[in-house]
Amino acid sequence: MLRIESLRRDRFGPFDLALAPGEACAVTGPSGAGKSVFLRMVADLDPSEGRVSLDGVDRAAVPAPLWRRRVTYLAAEAGWWAETVAEHFPTGAPDRLAREREALRLPAEVFGWPVARLSTGERQRLALLRALAVNPRVLLLDEPTASLDPDSVRGAEAVIAGRRAAGLIVLLVSHDPAQVARLATRRLAVAGGKPA
Amino acid sequence: MTPSPGPLDLALGAGFVLLNAGLSAALGLGLARTMLVAACRLAAQLTLVGLVLRVVFGLGAPGPVVGIVAVMALAAAYEIGARQERPLRGPWRYALGGAVTAGATVVAVAVGLAALRPQPWWDPHALIPLAGIVLGSVMSGVAIGLNGFTGALRRERNAVEARLALGATRDEALAPLVRSAIRAGLIPVLNQMAAAGLVTLPGMMTGQILAGQNPQEAASAQILILFLLAGASGLGVTGAVYLAARRLTDARHRLRLERLG
Repeated sequence: MLRIESLRRDRFGPFDLALAPGEACAVTGPSGAGKSVFLRMVADLDPSEGRVSLDGVDRAAVPAPLWRRRVTYLAAEAGWWAETVAEHFPTGAPDRLAREREALRLPAEVFGWPVARLSTGERQRLALLRALAVNPRVLLLDEPTASLDPDSVRGAEAVIAGRRAAGLIVLLVSHDPAQVARLATRRLAVAGGKPA
Repeated sequence: MTPSPGPLDLALGAGFVLLNAGLSAALGLGLARTMLVAACRLAAQLTLVGLVLRVVFGLGAPGPVVGIVAVMALAAAYEIGARQERPLRGPWRYALGGAVTAGATVVAVAVGLAALRPQPWWDPHALIPLAGIVLGSVMSGVAIGLNGFTGALRRERNAVEARLALGATRDEALAPLVRSAIRAGLIPVLNQMAAAGLVTLPGMMTGQILAGQNPQEAASAQILILFLLAGASGLGVTGAVYLAARRLTDARHRLRLERLG
């Protein structure tokens, strides 16, 4: 259970939300409404006040890096820090992730590719795979399929659905109402930095 | 011993600067004014420093000597802060680089005094040039290291945040940036060591030889000095970049770029 209680920072919030394992909540609203800030606060990437807990464990009681491996934020334009794709994954992860890689329509050789050669869509799918590699309990997705073709979008949605069936909690920023309808069981509308 | 240059001799040198300024004006480099101002500043500064030092040397007390060194350290702190493209906000801009530079200089000067054994230890003929040359070297290394680190952090922000978001600690996420900034900050002193004597005669040695000292003695003094510079730069640059990495993150391993100007 992910529990968010009066989470806020300067002009954002307060946000309250409780999500059970397997639930997916869409965060909707116009650009600049504070959707990304909300996700970043939940991941503790931006300073915030209020309480966030996972299965009754307050995040303040957990070292921040460990919290972020459980509650993992995936930015809309995630960064890359090494030359090749494989260097961004923990050792052994490529084998464990083989089925999800296939669902995302990425070839097995992709791990040997230099990051500079990747297309925007490949980067986005690999960033999702990279986030799944840490086996998070909660995944905070910021427009995860914005630059994907329809085929890849279905693949990404299938991967997310598969993880949800295993108990993953998902918070999803999406501008696509159809995608929200397909993926989300709950909805949080945000406007002007506050729940609308 | 070569006599020191008189006003006419300096005028000859000044003509050389004027030539350079004229060249800049002719080529439209826009540097003529800056160059003339810098030349005048240099002449005024060094003349004034010469006067002050003569007074301090005459006083024969440690207080004024240490005071001079402290003023030099403050100037170094200012220079480091002034050279940052995107400085740390608030007093950190000058305090971080300045404190680290002063600390590294104290260590290097202590080593230098232990080796040279001037009597008394605060003899201004030893302490002031020693502190000055160490401060200058650490200052430029720290300025380059800090500037490189903050610049890389702004450029690589997404990459660093991606690592943090996946559960890296701030030390893990920043390690490549810290390493390359330290390397960049140490290149000047490494070049200086490698090229000493082959490409240039170091300034201090040049001065000593012009002043009539035996070149062999001048060389061994210079070797000691370069060792001190290398050690002090290593301490200073490493310390400054690590502290900047701490300042630009927080205890919850978040990137805090709003602390950058």
